[in-house]
Amino acid sequence: MQLLKDEKEQILACVAEVLKSNSKNREDLIPILQKIQAIIGYLPELAMAKIAEGLHVPAADVYGLATFYNQFRLNPPGKHQVKVCLGTACYMVGGTIVLESFERRMEIREGETSPDRLYSLERVACVGCCTMAPVAVVDEVVEGKVTPTRVDGIMLALNEANNQNAEKQKPEQDGGKA
Amino acid sequence: MSATDPRKIYTKLLAESKEKAGSRQDKPQILIGTATCGIAAGALQVRDDFIREIKEKGLEADVIEVGCMGHCYAEPLAVIAKPGFPPICYGHLDEGLVHRLVEDFLVGDDPSYEYALAALERNDVFPIFEDFPRGAYEKKLILENCGFIDALNIDSYLALEGYNALVEALIQEPAWVLEEIKVANLRGRGGAGFPAGLKWEVCLKSGGDEIYVICNADEGDPGAFMDRSILESDPHLVIEGMILCAYAVGAKKGYLYIRAEYPRAVKHVQVAIDQAREKGLLGSSILGTTFSFDLEIFQGAGAFVCGEATALVNSMEGKIGLPESRPPRLAQQGFRGKPTVLNNVKTFAYVPLIMKRGADWFKGIGTPESPGTAVFSLVGKIVNTGLVEVPMGTTLRQLIYDVGGGLPNGREFKAVQIGGPSGGCLPEAELDVPIDFDSLHDAGAIMGSGGLVVMDQDDCMVAVARYFLDFTQHESCGKCTFCRLGTRHMLDILTDITKGKGDRDTLDLLEELAEDVRDGSLCNLGRTAPNPVLTTLKYFHDEYRAHIEEGRCPALSCRDLILYYIDPPRCSKLCNVCVGSCPTEAIFTREDGLKEIDQEKCVKCDNCRKACPPEYSAVVKLSPPVLPSDKERKAK
Repeated sequence: MQLLKDEKEQILACVAEVLKSNSKNREDLIPILQKIQAIIGYLPELAMAKIAEGLHVPAADVYGLATFYNQFRLNPPGKHQVKVCLGTACYMVGGTIVLESFERRMEIREGETSPDRLYSLERVACVGCCTMAPVAVVDEVVEGKVTPTRVDGIMLALNEANNQNAEKQKPEQDGGKA
Repeated sequence: MSATDPRKIYTKLLAESKEKAGSRQDKPQILIGTATCGIAAGALQVRDDFIREIKEKGLEADVIEVGCMGHCYAEPLAVIAKPGFPPICYGHLDEGLVHRLVEDFLVGDDPSYEYALAALERNDVFPIFEDFPRGAYEKKLILENCGFIDALNIDSYLALEGYNALVEALIQEPAWVLEEIKVANLRGRGGAGFPAGLKWEVCLKSGGDEIYVICNADEGDPGAFMDRSILESDPHLVIEGMILCAYAVGAKKGYLYIRAEYPRAVKHVQVAIDQAREKGLLGSSILGTTFSFDLEIFQGAGAFVCGEATALVNSMEGKIGLPESRPPRLAQQGFRGKPTVLNNVKTFAYVPLIMKRGADWFKGIGTPESPGTAVFSLVGKIVNTGLVEVPMGTTLRQLIYDVGGGLPNGREFKAVQIGGPSGGCLPEAELDVPIDFDSLHDAGAIMGSGGLVVMDQDDCMVAVARYFLDFTQHESCGKCTFCRLGTRHMLDILTDITKGKGDRDTLDLLEELAEDVRDGSLCNLGRTAPNPVLTTLKYFHDEYRAHIEEGRCPALSCRDLILYYIDPPRCSKLCNVCVGSCPTEAIFTREDGLKEIDQEKCVKCDNCRKACPPEYSAVVKLSPPVLPSDKERKAK
């Protein structure tokens, strides 16, 4: 994914900051990656290279960790993040149908971010709300008993929120509620 | 051991906390279950509604956030404790109900029993949870406080004589703690059931100046959430258990390895650690004694294989979470190469209870070989979903029908999946298996993490096996060839079967592969990965054959083997619901007014079938996927 304007400086500053506040132990590698992701939202290639330099470990090791663990993402998250639960209970009642509906409406595949960075779509294994299956988490708001019709409703609300934001040029508001 | 008597400091702490709790009891308390599950159901909204209503009415009442009571089917939940009344639990709360409860119960004196689930204390008016069938079987030990205490306030735990077990232990020698745990025969609750006492003893004998205690809270099974619930609802119980363990084995440093996907659990445990440190229950010279122990959280970055002890330790050392061959056991050579005790959240949670009430009390619960209780998360096609704790030895039938209330809407039981991706599917005939580590293992399932998913006639067993294999295949770390490639190959075969492809030899090959993966893998992820396939092959062979030989999915669930069809005699013509419901505009109105599905456009999302009014029920699924008109043509 292409880096946006100013993003490079931001990444470098963030990595320098996090490296400063941590010991340079190999044991701290995962916590460091977690901190970087918490700030930037994902692990840009540049950040991983700088961390490898700072900790004196091969860049391949950092990349290895980042791709091994599910928590780390190599793509920037969208402004609106949708996570579809595919835990056992959700899967049994059609979680994949919900996921497909989102893929259809967002025109991206699971794990991707739309080119305009408005939406990202992920599958997660159990958010612990099995009683409301199938479940999708839309911008931290849990939507229970989701159907393809509900997906359309959610997407309409998100689009609406985006359009309003674009008009008002105001800082983003949470568009999760329909 | 003790420099000063720990009882002195503790008595003071206890008195303080009881005083605080006592001062709270003069006014009504509203306990709201705001664990992750409750929040998902809208508990935070309910909390805000209560606060607003109470303020509007100018009342004096405390709104307290507590954890999970385990009655997930009725979320959002709240307990109202008003002086003069027994504490009463209400479920399915919403804004209207909150308004009514505040007005009628808090302002007036009408507890609105019609909305109550149960009372929490024995009284003459309303039944308590123990009076329901579920209560007769349930025995809450480690879940006892969950949902009733404020997890973010250590006084809440202290007031119930929390940390008393620690004080008792500090007066005695560390060997006493170890002996009690050994006598109690506490078996590890992570799934395998290895006796905790033995593990601790090996660790103690390995000696050295550096010993670590690690709590495994990397609960990754889809459908299991008890560890999260305990950490969110009663973190001090686990912390106390870890301190006791550290005292027994002589450790100075411990870690809680918690999944980063559980932010609320991480937060609650961090607050609990800080508060315990502040009270002198954690850190250097605990309660004035010479014993020091401190705890830290390590956030797991999300890899299922890190539930495996050796992989977890590797991941804590900043490496990729690959399992290692054992021996050496972790207890001999673990974290940083030092002796390490690694136990599950639930295992540690039992420790203070055993210390407090004695090993004999613990052995009196459950079965001789598996004493104590088992915690399950009941999900799937079952009435009372939620967390339950029952004594070991309870049968699956009792658990599903008596505790869980059976299947909803008169649905027919087909199978129960127990133990997550490492477990198996058991049919009706196996329901009388008692729940304990050994019996379940003999039946082909495992205790595992305690996820229990009930399935009915609409669930396809091949698809279930495929689902779990998809999970393990994705989570395989790639170290062992059989696990890495074998699960991949098995997944391909299963995917083919769900598409109706395959021949007679396919099932033999699948079984052979399953056995090879089981035998050729190093860690339990690989060794147990074939379990869902092996058990479904054993108990539901007919379903596999229907897929392969007839291209038919008996549960009408595999999407490549079904099609959606609108039955003309049942279609009302005048209703357009299905047309509107279709996300891909595949349904159209024919010239004669009947609706029809364009099979090319249909994505089989089930929307139209759900939308079609029940009086018509005109949308049906057909398997094998042949339209009746094509069938006739073929017949001719």
